[in-house]
Amino acid sequence: MKEVSFGQYYPVSSFVHRLDPRMKLFFLVAFIVAIFVADSFYGLAVCAFVLALVVAWSKVPVLKVFRAVRGVLFLALFTAAINLLFHTGETVYWEYGILCISKEGILFSAYLILRLFLLVICSSMLTYTTTPVSLTDGIESILTPLKWVKFPVHALALIMSIALRMIPTLMEETERIKNAQTARGANFESGNLFKRIKAFIPVLIPLLLSAFRRADELSDAMEARCYKGEKRTKYKKLQFTWRDLVVLFVIAALITGVALLRVYVGEIL
Amino acid sequence: MRIVAEHLTHVYNERSPFAVKALDDVSLTIEEGEFFGIIGHTGSGKSTFVQHLNALIRMPSSMKRYRKKRLKKGEAPPPATVLKVGDFDLTDKKTDFYALRKHVGMVFQYPEYQLFAETVKEDVAFGLKNFAEKGKHLTEDEIRAAVGDALAAVGLDYREVADKSPFDLSGGQKRRVAVAGVIVTKPEILILDEPAAGLDPLGKQEIMRLLHAIHGGWCKTVVIVSHDMDEIAENCTHVAVFDGGRVRYVLPPAELFRKTDELIGLGLDIPLTAKLVAALGRRGIELSCDFTTEDFIRKTLALKGGGA
Repeated sequence: MKEVSFGQYYPVSSFVHRLDPRMKLFFLVAFIVAIFVADSFYGLAVCAFVLALVVAWSKVPVLKVFRAVRGVLFLALFTAAINLLFHTGETVYWEYGILCISKEGILFSAYLILRLFLLVICSSMLTYTTTPVSLTDGIESILTPLKWVKFPVHALALIMSIALRMIPTLMEETERIKNAQTARGANFESGNLFKRIKAFIPVLIPLLLSAFRRADELSDAMEARCYKGEKRTKYKKLQFTWRDLVVLFVIAALITGVALLRVYVGEIL
Repeated sequence: MRIVAEHLTHVYNERSPFAVKALDDVSLTIEEGEFFGIIGHTGSGKSTFVQHLNALIRMPSSMKRYRKKRLKKGEAPPPATVLKVGDFDLTDKKTDFYALRKHVGMVFQYPEYQLFAETVKEDVAFGLKNFAEKGKHLTEDEIRAAVGDALAAVGLDYREVADKSPFDLSGGQKRRVAVAGVIVTKPEILILDEPAAGLDPLGKQEIMRLLHAIHGGWCKTVVIVSHDMDEIAENCTHVAVFDGGRVRYVLPPAELFRKTDELIGLGLDIPLTAKLVAALGRRGIELSCDFTTEDFIRKTLALKGGGA
């Protein structure tokens, strides 16, 4: 699978990379809350500042961070445009029928875009700095209390990690089969939609077969090693460290800051 | 068709933390009519190299970046990359890769996992239909004849297997059907990546016997990538040794396997015959043979006869 690198994980060693995944998840939730609490540009500025700190500490190249925004660029511009044209305000610059551009509209659109970008960047920081495996470990640990209501947390986490584990393998497999069929003259690139879908049958059938074969083999291998589900020990134990304590303080400062700004400074305009 | 590669370099995931240089300035010529072997450690670039040969890995993009790299003062520009298969220039974007693939058949590792059709005959005919000239419709009889020939070439009986599902066949049969699906278009060059992997010793012999039958008649040139040194020693006319993306040796097996220590140093095995020759050498018995079992036995017997 040499040509496909799965997910977004950016492999460097940094402060953020070494954080406990649970803390990172908690930070993401707290950050989202902060963004929605912040109702002024000052509040968002505080959020942006904290996020900039995270990016700096993560050693992920800034360019890569901004690339995360590309996916939602259209959505962001669309929402902004709609708000720009329909948001009415006191200072109107231009008007046509029900459409109007006002100072308030401009500010509100900017506010929306900023909020969306902060949101996307923060969540992609999580995937940039956390391997899928440690993310599932974190989720499993967070969901542990659900065991009291007989929810199969462990099984769920295992399914998640196997699925994640298998994505690159299946992608590699797809690539291989595609290559093999291309060598036999298959054409995946031209023709109308129907033709193209049909062209994928010679890839999909072997791929499905191999997925089932792998599932069979994996379950056999697990049973052969006496897998029973519960009561497994972990190879990598999650542990809170001083780093996570630092993050906890950052979160506390962020929420307090944003809340104070909301109370004492007020809305955007 | 002759295969010529000069200064071929390929980097996977270039400009990312996962960058891997799979081929590093590889120059290699494979003459028409050869039964060419490629050996090397896992990750030595063998598969990457052979995938270049029918443009599954495209040349131009990787090469352009390679050329664009800024030169330091006084530094000579890197030598131009050449990759030619017959008259097809693979460094040229405008080359008809589709036509190329018709002439260069490729059998991947475990080819039986690429079978997909409901019947053996449909699966074998897949390539045939894909490569049929545009606008020309193959008649049922033509298809039947070509599929029949291809199945016969791999030692299967059309009447027996044609209407079966490929998934009902045995492992060895599946692999042969997959090979038939590649040679059905009569490619001039046939490339096989580990054709005998995972088969039992008899199955291995059978596949190699089959390849010899195909070689010369169906396909002028056969290139095999293999880990099995005995297989290479028995069958190949020339062998290229890959190591870390570079070509270390290109020699006939009779000469190559004399370099016992070098090969072991590269983490490779040597054929059983070479091991025996070395063991005899340690006991003071010099034996020179071309490392095929047949020649080894003959020389050994001659030795005994001469000594008596």
